[in-house]
Amino acid sequence: MAQAQQETAKVAFTATIGRQVTLRWHTLRRWPVVPVAIITALVVCAVFAPLLAPHDPTVGELTDRNIPPAWYPQGSSEHLLGTDALGRDVLSRIIYGTRISLLVAAIVLSAGAVGGTLLGLLAGWLGGLYDELAMRFVDFTLAVPFILVALVVVIVLGQSLAIVITLLIIFSWNSFSRQVRGETLQIKNMDYVSMAKVAGASSPHILYRHLLPGVINTVMVLVSLRVGSLIITESVLSYLGVGIPPPTPAWGLMVAEGKDYITTAWWITFFPGLAIFLTVLAFNFLGDWLRDRFDPRLRQI
Amino acid sequence: MLFGVAMVFAVTVFIFGLSRAAGDPRYLYANEYTTPEQWEELGRAMGLDKPLVVQYLTWLSKAIRGDFGKSLRDQRDAWDVVWERVPATMQLALGAFIFTTLVGVPLGVLSAVKRGSVWDYAGRTFALLGQAMPGFWMGIVLIMIFAVQFDLLPTGRRGDITHFILPTITLGWYPAAGMLRLVRSAMLQVLDSEYLKLARAKGVGPMAVIWKHAFRNALIAPLTYAGLLLAALVTGAVVTETVFAWPGLGRLGVSAVFNNDFPVMVAVVSFGTVVYVGASLLVDIVYAYVDPRIRYS
Repeated sequence: MAQAQQETAKVAFTATIGRQVTLRWHTLRRWPVVPVAIITALVVCAVFAPLLAPHDPTVGELTDRNIPPAWYPQGSSEHLLGTDALGRDVLSRIIYGTRISLLVAAIVLSAGAVGGTLLGLLAGWLGGLYDELAMRFVDFTLAVPFILVALVVVIVLGQSLAIVITLLIIFSWNSFSRQVRGETLQIKNMDYVSMAKVAGASSPHILYRHLLPGVINTVMVLVSLRVGSLIITESVLSYLGVGIPPPTPAWGLMVAEGKDYITTAWWITFFPGLAIFLTVLAFNFLGDWLRDRFDPRLRQI
Repeated sequence: MLFGVAMVFAVTVFIFGLSRAAGDPRYLYANEYTTPEQWEELGRAMGLDKPLVVQYLTWLSKAIRGDFGKSLRDQRDAWDVVWERVPATMQLALGAFIFTTLVGVPLGVLSAVKRGSVWDYAGRTFALLGQAMPGFWMGIVLIMIFAVQFDLLPTGRRGDITHFILPTITLGWYPAAGMLRLVRSAMLQVLDSEYLKLARAKGVGPMAVIWKHAFRNALIAPLTYAGLLLAALVTGAVVTETVFAWPGLGRLGVSAVFNNDFPVMVAVVSFGTVVYVGASLLVDIVYAYVDPRIRYS
């Protein structure tokens, strides 16, 4: 009898839990709660890195080499995620690495989006020879094998943050140009644009007032969709040894540095990669959500 | 066609310029005992005393005939050095391509047709994971799990079929994710259209509706992706090849750059560009075949 009662109580209990879970699940699906939380945490890490990081990211004690994470018997609470082959604290380096990743993404995407949008708007608006030249230039930058060219450029000019950023800008504006040009071609034949023209509006005025608002949504969505792949590209460059120069803590570089120790000290290479993974995942989620919300043509998808 | 040639030309000029800016290749051979005469002799032997335009034109006329000069590193024909690496990269790229198609297309169709089901969530999780993991890290984690922890698969280098598994997944997961998303969204769009409702209404079976009526029309975007993908895989295998010590073009390119071996480097990049431009031309042609509405004058 008592057992049966217990069973019923259990069933009722699970049902309540189930309802709560479904409710939470719906909130989670409607709003990008998790991605926004992760991104907020990243921004906080980047801004307050010196306060949050328990150790200096570039200086290590050689006697503290390859200490495992804290949950291992040999680990210590001093180094939550262990230390690398030079005795530097992995967690601190990951926290500082946030700065590099977000900085690069922010600079490259603002420059790429502004430049690409401008070029695309002009190409769509002016048409003719300018359009042809601009689009062929876009094709050109898309046909060049980026990683190999980046390798050559860095070998020639040396390794630095500025060069990585410049390279990424040169190869990131093209998708904006192409998309914006396509949309401009559609918008510019609309009645309201023709009317503006008839009313005597100048070209810059039409571009700024009537065309830009029409494409800005797409640009913003495109920006949010590109953050992830950009962070990955930057980490690939650092991984190959032509990105951010050591000892600056960049995630890709940390993965490369730990690669030789995967049989003895897996944490050195695992956690920085996990940081890249989670960051990109969060931005991709947010990008998808923004696209579904703000790009009407894709809303049904 | 003309455009494709112009593109290859522009890229080779660009790469040639870069490679020359990479510094005097004579430094590789010179040491403190090298006399100025030997230095000059070395320059003449490499054709470095002529103007850059002449150097480029000489190089180009030879390059068209497959003569990229001698590798500065092992004194063999640069083209031979590159060509012997092509099969390894091709195998890897083809493997990843097959993986992409076999996983991306069916999962994409499935998650569109059974929208909101377990399959849909599984497919989308697969896509999200694939697009968020950097290739080098995925490769290393796969090695950690399957080679170090469980000792099931080899860590890299070419060999029997088991050597292919990890590199193929590493290289193929990202494009498979992209393929899945493309197929899914294209299918969703088509499944919503009027003519499919008509087909269903007049009693066409579900399989025929999906594969014959919907899938064919949803094929355009994925097809472009597939065409460019094979080319992108050939040039984009740099990271995977580095992680798995795969003796392909990508690793050759990386080591050529670090060794300042510009004939080899230029050959690699030119090869990659020709493949890429060729593939995009091919895609345009296949387009017209698949979609009769597209006609090129």
